[in-house]
Amino acid sequence: MKVKICCRWQVFGLKCTERVCYNKFVCKNTRFVRLRTAAVLERDEIMYDAIIIGAGVIGCAVAQQLAKYSGKIAVIDRMEDVADGASKANSGIVHAGFDAHPGTEKARLNVKGSKMYGKLAKELGVPYGQPGALVLGFSEEDRPTIEKLLAQAVANDVEGCRIIEREEILKMEPNTNPEVVCALYAPTSGLVSPYEMTCALADSAAENGAEFILDNPVLEVKPTMDGNWLVITERDEYKTRAVVNCAGMGSGVIHNMISTRKVKMIARRGEYYLLDHMAEIPFTMTMFQCPTKMGKGVLVSPTTHGNTLLGPTADDIDNGYDVATTRKALDTVLEKVKLTWKNVNLRPVITTFSGIRAHEENGDFIIGEVEGAPAGAFEAVGVESPGLSAAPAIGQELGDQVAAFLKAELKTDWVKPTPVPKSFRNMTDEERQAAYEKDPEYGVLVCRCEQVTEAEIRAAIRRPVGARSIDAVKRRTRAGMGRCQGGFCSPRVLEILCEELGVSPLEITKCGGASKLLVGTLTQIAKEARPDEN
Amino acid sequence: MKTENMINVDILIVGAGPAGLAAAISAKENGIDNMIVLEREDNAGGILRQCIHNGFGLHRFKEELTGPEYAQRDIDKAKEMGIDVRTGVTVLNVTEDKVVTAISREWGLQVFKAKAVVLAMGCRERPRGALAIPGTRCAGIYSAGTAQKFVNLEGFMPGRKCVILGSGDIGLIMARRMTLQGAKVLACVELMPYSSGQNRNIVQCLQDYNIPLYLSHTVVDIQGKERVTGVTVAKVDENRKPIPGSEIQFDCDTLLLSVGLLPENELTIGAGVEMSNVTSGAIVDDCLQTSIPGIFACGNVLHVHDLVDHVSNESFKAGKAAADFVKGIVHTGREVPVKDGAGVRGCVPQTIKLEKGAEHAPVSVMFRSDRVYQNHFIVVKADGKAIFAQKKMICTPGEMADISLKAEALAACEDAAEIVVSIEAEKPAM
Repeated sequence: MKVKICCRWQVFGLKCTERVCYNKFVCKNTRFVRLRTAAVLERDEIMYDAIIIGAGVIGCAVAQQLAKYSGKIAVIDRMEDVADGASKANSGIVHAGFDAHPGTEKARLNVKGSKMYGKLAKELGVPYGQPGALVLGFSEEDRPTIEKLLAQAVANDVEGCRIIEREEILKMEPNTNPEVVCALYAPTSGLVSPYEMTCALADSAAENGAEFILDNPVLEVKPTMDGNWLVITERDEYKTRAVVNCAGMGSGVIHNMISTRKVKMIARRGEYYLLDHMAEIPFTMTMFQCPTKMGKGVLVSPTTHGNTLLGPTADDIDNGYDVATTRKALDTVLEKVKLTWKNVNLRPVITTFSGIRAHEENGDFIIGEVEGAPAGAFEAVGVESPGLSAAPAIGQELGDQVAAFLKAELKTDWVKPTPVPKSFRNMTDEERQAAYEKDPEYGVLVCRCEQVTEAEIRAAIRRPVGARSIDAVKRRTRAGMGRCQGGFCSPRVLEILCEELGVSPLEITKCGGASKLLVGTLTQIAKEARPDEN
Repeated sequence: MKTENMINVDILIVGAGPAGLAAAISAKENGIDNMIVLEREDNAGGILRQCIHNGFGLHRFKEELTGPEYAQRDIDKAKEMGIDVRTGVTVLNVTEDKVVTAISREWGLQVFKAKAVVLAMGCRERPRGALAIPGTRCAGIYSAGTAQKFVNLEGFMPGRKCVILGSGDIGLIMARRMTLQGAKVLACVELMPYSSGQNRNIVQCLQDYNIPLYLSHTVVDIQGKERVTGVTVAKVDENRKPIPGSEIQFDCDTLLLSVGLLPENELTIGAGVEMSNVTSGAIVDDCLQTSIPGIFACGNVLHVHDLVDHVSNESFKAGKAAADFVKGIVHTGREVPVKDGAGVRGCVPQTIKLEKGAEHAPVSVMFRSDRVYQNHFIVVKADGKAIFAQKKMICTPGEMADISLKAEALAACEDAAEIVVSIEAEKPAM
């Protein structure tokens, strides 16, 4: 069997250490013949039972479920942290389930998943709430659509939905545009912090033995002669009995590598505004707009942390990883939001962002064993909205399916998730004092906007799947998510990362890869600029 | 929290930057001994610690000092006077009753009960997000103050080739600092048709280093996947909207933002103090007292200043007023509102207490103009009758204007319902 080794092996001979060989910049453009060596052979003998590609909320939910069974599993992702794709940039809504067409996987898994959220979020210690939602109709023309949504809600077994009229809407949400006519009220619509959810799922999986191999893009997946699978990444390659494709935007490419039945992914970008939680919350519920022939509309929603989210747009783009924001889309958000919130106030805007939805051409989730591929390949493809809502259900079903294929037994020594501790910001004075008495670093505030302490930042780095970058710390602790957007705390977070990881400040990145924060010491840069001076 | 451990103080000052220190010194000079200053950073001195350039103290000390030198004078003086300055202590909450909760590594949670509180928390920089600049969200985008901290306090360079958006003073200072340190500053881009920085900084930080200043321009796109690789700048029309076709592309690895400072008033708002939408600071009277008796505010948390000398000056007044409050010396005069008239934004104080004989005169009123005016008059009117007029060669939003109302002028408003400050072309009849 041919095994890929760095092409430069022959060029550099023995000088080429394994570390250099697997450096992605060296290996990226390799087109040379691959040789097998003793060293690689030895490492190759490691056989995984399952490799999950993609460390988003779906991959981590599958890993968390699969880690309840015996077997050696790993999660591989191209980014340096979990939740670093669509899972970090979405509306954070746990949809009640009235939106998906009855009979689809989307509808079934959404409703099943959303019903699992309350318990799961509590177990994981993840912010979750169920404020409810309204779908607003602004003319009598919208009423049939609202009625159709209600019928779908009934068909999908969504509890408590009803149609309400203008007066009741304005009583519930006084900031609603008074031109509203009617609305679908869905009391079970929820909110979750999607990245905190993903991080907590990853931690639980890791605590039960799952490996997380990050910052390592998968290049190729192929069946082996002996009925297993080979996952080739930029730095390494892994042999496994089962492979689970949860690669979000990349899931189509991987599917098409291994299956004879092709899928077509469409990258649909959504852009958002985020408002500070110091500002008065305009709406306590998630406010959707009734879909019309003019489009799906945008939402205004509180987040689990009391911020307000405006958006998203829906623009199909060519590059599925391009999360830039554009003036045009941001203006669109603003214009559309005015329909719901007439006197929209942008003064408290603290950031804008965009996320990509992995839309599959046929519009439904593709979950389960990969059709048209050899045995042992599983997938969750086309998981766009309501993917976050469905994640617990997808994780459970797909995890159990893979375990059944592996004939794996439930572990007797499975460790229950350790709930993420309550954040300092949400503690009472008594709880703060108690936390301080256990760890005096609770007495040091690093992020003043979100009131994040040094103890919490160190804990985020020490978690099973710990933070390695400024953004990773931010997702786990909220340091840098406030009004100053890290202006004050990022230098200190950088220092703490250096202390914890034992690296130089020049190594610390914003979000992995080449996203280094600092380019050199003062002396280095001055010398570069004036090489002839001492 | 456990009230038995509550520490009683006469005056509690939040922040040991130039404002907090000056307030403390002045309160001490006015006879207050039981006083504590709480500072969240590990060192006193506030933002001055990282402002290693000179130009501080010209008004107050009549000499040119660097930021750390200026701060050190107050730190030394406070020490000499025996003022209790505690660092590494973050104030979490201030109540209307002046109960202050703080936390630190040393004490844990500690509650104070103060007779008077002086709020001197300073300000923070407006981030990229607040402007909603489109583009990617990669590394290499810093507020100028964060970059300044990396360079001046940590000894690291945040970039090699940069564009600066905004011509606020920190941005201008950083243009020079980055250049001196070997980085290339390609441009300084300002949305408005005039700079919001001081003229001397435009000359000394941009012109002296041949850094172009693009007025009426803004950044319309940021490129780069992991680190900034370029920014697109475009000219804006009179409504500050980018003009298509006017784009200029800069290849750079860093974008520094100097796009405004915002008073940091979380504690003030938490205490229930009445706030001004114009200054984003508390509404105060001429003693720097907020809407809650015994809570005072001074320095950049009240309104963003240009010169630290003015911050100190204002804070001396706040410190004395807090001391008077503790000693029971209450200013009882009738409150008259000071309003922004034509061309004027953000008058501080917002009210003047008029007392018989106007003992506390002169009262200084500070504000900014809403655009650049040349050879105009700053006019103060009481119920429409001009009581003060002063000719100004130039009035620009980048430089705070300061007028002083003497006893005579104040006496003339004794029965007035309101005082209005405006900028006018003609000298009014007095």
